[in-house]
Amino acid sequence: MQKDIKRLSLILLFMPFALWIVVLIALPHVGMVILSLQEKIAPRVYQYSLHNYIEFVNEPIYWNTLLRTGSISLLVTVLALLIGFPVAYYIAKIAGFRTRNGLFLLCLIPLWVSDLIRAFGWILLLRETGIVSGLLQWTGILGSPMEFLYNDAAVIVGLVYTVILFMIVPLVSTIDGMDNSMIEAGYNLGGNGFTVLRKIIIPYAMPGIVAGCIVVFMLTAGSYLTPILLGGKNSSWFTEQIYDQFITRYNWESGAAFGFLLLAFTSLVVWLGLKLSGQSLSSTVAKS
Amino acid sequence: MTSSAEYDLECINVSKHFGSLRAVDDVSLKIPKGSFFSILGPSGCGKTTLMRMIAGFNDATAGDVKIKGKSVLNTPPNKRNVKMVFQHLALFPMMNVYENIAYGLRCNRVNKAETDRRIKDVLERIALPDVANREIHQLSGGQKQRIAIARCMVLDPDVLLLDEPLGALDLKLREAMKIELKLLQHQFNTTFVYITHDQSEALVMSDNVAIMNEGKFEQVGSPQELYHVPKTAFTAGFVGDTNRWSGRVVATDGETVKIETDTGLTLVCKRFGDTAPGDSASVSVFVRPEFIHAAWQATDVDGASGDLVNHMKGTVDSLLFNGANSRVLVRDGSGELIEADVTLTGGSDDIHPGQSVWLNWSQAHTMCFAS
Repeated sequence: MQKDIKRLSLILLFMPFALWIVVLIALPHVGMVILSLQEKIAPRVYQYSLHNYIEFVNEPIYWNTLLRTGSISLLVTVLALLIGFPVAYYIAKIAGFRTRNGLFLLCLIPLWVSDLIRAFGWILLLRETGIVSGLLQWTGILGSPMEFLYNDAAVIVGLVYTVILFMIVPLVSTIDGMDNSMIEAGYNLGGNGFTVLRKIIIPYAMPGIVAGCIVVFMLTAGSYLTPILLGGKNSSWFTEQIYDQFITRYNWESGAAFGFLLLAFTSLVVWLGLKLSGQSLSSTVAKS
Repeated sequence: MTSSAEYDLECINVSKHFGSLRAVDDVSLKIPKGSFFSILGPSGCGKTTLMRMIAGFNDATAGDVKIKGKSVLNTPPNKRNVKMVFQHLALFPMMNVYENIAYGLRCNRVNKAETDRRIKDVLERIALPDVANREIHQLSGGQKQRIAIARCMVLDPDVLLLDEPLGALDLKLREAMKIELKLLQHQFNTTFVYITHDQSEALVMSDNVAIMNEGKFEQVGSPQELYHVPKTAFTAGFVGDTNRWSGRVVATDGETVKIETDTGLTLVCKRFGDTAPGDSASVSVFVRPEFIHAAWQATDVDGASGDLVNHMKGTVDSLLFNGANSRVLVRDGSGELIEADVTLTGGSDDIHPGQSVWLNWSQAHTMCFAS
């Protein structure tokens, strides 16, 4: 009797999670796999084939876009790490207790505003009649208005800005767990600042670094709004291709295949990253 | 004053102020080569701050720190040949034992073959020759302790600082490590500066101990001196167990001070700090339990030394049996409890609770300090 109640409560507690996984994650993906393997041979007549995937391989514009998305995402990840690490280190180790909470809150506040509004913020700054252009003209550096939007740099800046928080949070929590005396020991035993950083702080923070990189890379490669709004027609982001297939061309089969290719590609990159850094998913993302 | 090169470590009038707080206040010390020096004090007395100034993690507000006769005030921590064993050891968890010990050698650009040789050598000296490839989390508490010491000793430091490294160990291991640390110090023949709030650690291991309180050194001396000839009330109360009364001086002559305690007891003291307290000064009186003899009758003159004796009558409140270290708690007329060491043989003449006894102790073992 007691055992049954226990089991029942376990099932009930587990139910929302199970429902979420099955209904919202597993089922749609299974549906998409089936969809992606179908080829339209006549109106309302379909057959199973790898046609959609073959089409992706045969059309350079598709896989070029995917590679471009991947490499820009990697660049964004590296930039977010380079900018985020000092910030996280400052918050976790250097700032006083009060400043620290304030700084952490400052990092979080932008998240209260939607992605869309934040992207428009960048547009206000960077467009031809925007603040940056105006300021440069006022100081005399520019003679005429200049367009800063719709290029790769704008996309990268916007993406780094959007995702950097997801780098800072895991980094702060791992660096925070590091005993200060470990850094002092590093100096005491004769290391200079660079040795301590390279041999002690970075290896210690590695789980946080990898976790942050995975999250940031996945978010960037799968982002849609920022590249479209800041990069315009030139952004050639892979999610845009997927959107096109689904919405503009109404070719769901091909869109589903692209979606899977993006998932496979990012998973491959993450797997490679884990192999190279000698970490595992359970020691990084699962921890922080 | 002898030439300063004979001292591995000197602090000259060192102070550290945090705002208005004087964490370390005008402290001077000299530690001869190859000795084991302890700084003993309650938590918050400034001993860790002093150690951090020696290691270079804090700057001194005033004063000078010299290592082997040379001032190190302008030397950054990584260039000082002072190594430190941290309170929680601070072994690097992402490296194995070999890497932990090799870290310092690599920072000093020692070549691979020499590194291997020195690590092998130091692991043998700490009696852990086979652990080089173990991960830190695979070691026991005592082994970690020894690796932390080895990591410092492999660099051949002038001074090794130890910041309460035994604090995290359980009692039994702590007892064993005390002896082991002393032996390691003999073996390496390096100057050890040991910081602790545990008096037994300091007394057992040290050649010299400094008693620190509120940022100042109360007294520096050998463990025996501190125990038997304390110079201040703080030292007398902090080192070793003691019975304490507070009272007022009623009469003095050259050698003895007569005191009436707040509870109405009259005692004669023969031992005090540098100067005898003046008439009607308020004083603290200390008597160690091992000098109080519980007996069936009062004695006036100590049989062995011929000293005059203080005595009082009381009732045995309880026995604290602990083998050879047994104590008896005696309640005196005013209701205060006094501790005295007793020998319990298990025979019929042992003291039992409820009996009335006389407590006798010689005037020479009665210490008083102005308070």
